[in-house]
Amino acid sequence: MAVIGAGPAGFYTAYRVLSKLANAKVDMYESLPVPYGLVRFGVAPDHPEVKNCQDKFSEVAQDPRFTYIGNTPIGTSWPHPPHRSLPLAALGPHYDALLLSYGASKDRKLGIPGEDTLAGVYSARAFVGWYNGLPEYRCLRPSLHLAEEATVIGQGNVALDVARMLLSPVDDLRTTDITEYAIEELSRSRVKRVRVVGRRGLLQAAFTVKELRELLSLQGVGFHPVHASLLPKDPNSFPRTQKRIMQVLQKGPKTQLADPEKSWELCFLRSPKAFIPTANDPARIGAVEFEKNRLEDPMFSPSSKAIGTGETEVLPTDLAFRSIGYLSEQIPGFETLGIPFNEKRGLVPNEDGRVVKPLDPKTGDPAIPVPGVYASGWVKRGPTGVIASTMYDAFETGDRIVSDWTGREVDFMKFGGEEEKLGWEAVSNEAASRGMRPISWAQWMKIDGAEKERGARFGKEREKFTSEEEMLAVLE
Amino acid sequence: MFPRAVITSTTRLLLRQSHSHFLPRRTPAFPSPILPSSLTRPFSTTSLRKHGHTTPPKPGEELYVTFIDKSSNPHKFAVSAGENLLDIAQEHDLDMEGACGGSAACSTCHVIVVDDAMYERIPEPEDDENDMLDLAFGLTETSRLGCQVKMSKEIDGLVVKLPSMTRNLQSSDFSKKG
Repeated sequence: MAVIGAGPAGFYTAYRVLSKLANAKVDMYESLPVPYGLVRFGVAPDHPEVKNCQDKFSEVAQDPRFTYIGNTPIGTSWPHPPHRSLPLAALGPHYDALLLSYGASKDRKLGIPGEDTLAGVYSARAFVGWYNGLPEYRCLRPSLHLAEEATVIGQGNVALDVARMLLSPVDDLRTTDITEYAIEELSRSRVKRVRVVGRRGLLQAAFTVKELRELLSLQGVGFHPVHASLLPKDPNSFPRTQKRIMQVLQKGPKTQLADPEKSWELCFLRSPKAFIPTANDPARIGAVEFEKNRLEDPMFSPSSKAIGTGETEVLPTDLAFRSIGYLSEQIPGFETLGIPFNEKRGLVPNEDGRVVKPLDPKTGDPAIPVPGVYASGWVKRGPTGVIASTMYDAFETGDRIVSDWTGREVDFMKFGGEEEKLGWEAVSNEAASRGMRPISWAQWMKIDGAEKERGARFGKEREKFTSEEEMLAVLE
Repeated sequence: MFPRAVITSTTRLLLRQSHSHFLPRRTPAFPSPILPSSLTRPFSTTSLRKHGHTTPPKPGEELYVTFIDKSSNPHKFAVSAGENLLDIAQEHDLDMEGACGGSAACSTCHVIVVDDAMYERIPEPEDDENDMLDLAFGLTETSRLGCQVKMSKEIDGLVVKLPSMTRNLQSSDFSKKG
């Protein structure tokens, strides 16, 4: 089986398949030299315990039936020129099964004026990638030293992560695995106030109670309370999860300062309409224009929709972060292998992880499985969920692969060639002929060791290498 | 990926050899002094094992805990005081994950205490455990995180169920991270 993407979805699926099929062999392809995907580049640096799942992944990687193939992009063009990536079709003939677990590499856009043109407007994905050392965003250099007010658009946990990074005392972050360049910029930050803005209300917001509690526990950070009209009168009549969020909000921040140095707030019922330049620099953001919304009745139902009122409000801001979700893309070559893609939802249509050509509503043709192709993680279900949900969902796909294989009722990949598929043994020749430089698990362990050594100098778990060149230089 | 019929290691080696003429290996798969396992691909029947870190109870000091697995089969173990349910389950290869390593930062070791009275005898969950339970699938009134429940005399004879929630998850079951 070929796995595309070395994040938690790929690892947990590989783990499940290897645990249940003694003869399974798994080759895992990763476009970066380093593994773990969003566990390394997405999970906030002050959540080290969430990264403990890496221990399990490392254990999976030590299995002799598992091969890690880093620095080997499949079908992608950016930032690798075509001759430095493998076309998807190069894998097909050498595997029985293909697992798509490459996640969501884009983010949803607002589609409003100023989004792509004004300095100071960032995607949360880029900002998170920047502080976590994702090579793609190492040069983002967000101008925190020029900013006092920041606006985060979106109310998921990524939005709350961004707010927490902007408001946390820098000294609390120094000992995490955050990049040193991010520490430098964060210590120059003048950000005092962060607004986290959502289209709907508290009951419809996507963040979870842990992230809310953390923001309310920050030393020296005040919280502007949510207006009572936006909260239900009796939290006890709600299910446990919502009830606990309301209770945490009611309790308020740990720091009760009359005039706090920094503060944040949750702004509800606001849809962004435009980013507006600041008066003295037409190329830099100075404000966001919002349309005020109201909620469809019943307003305290999680599915209540926002209705625009036509009334607008302009809030000044020096920085804006778009945090309204991620999007998966298809890999060039899907069509050749007959793999469908749902552009609208940004995922690969599947049933329990088995990729299917979806039911055709016009002709009524039923869904047809694509032989041997499976999906896991955000490519499978869309960009939501914590590690636990990714794990369960990966196990579901793993179980599906195992039962398809042992049940012998469905076809696996058939692209001619080998009677018994040779996997990486065959594909490596193609990679070599393209002058690619695959990274093995042992080589990753060297990079890992070098990062930990660098980190020890700063008293932190690791100091990440943030460019592919630096990572590969360790192996010279 | 894997042979459909169980093939002995000898047969497999023969298969390898018979195929090797297709692709003479000119370049090593990984240009490095470290020989990757992929070149040899040894046949192996070892499955991945989980490891708990428990110490066996001293004679006369055994406490008992029963896990009811996803197929409703009970597994009863004699354990020492102070051991937590996640470690015990992993020590005995039960199907329980501890993605965060037992630090109450995920919900993968969710268990359901079968007896209400027994549930009351376990020290109350802290905020961080409750925060994670909020995200657990199939949450019940007597749900706990296995990593946070330590065996003691008070809860000797504890019976917990592993929730079976790996199938047919609705997207609404997921907390959004977006």
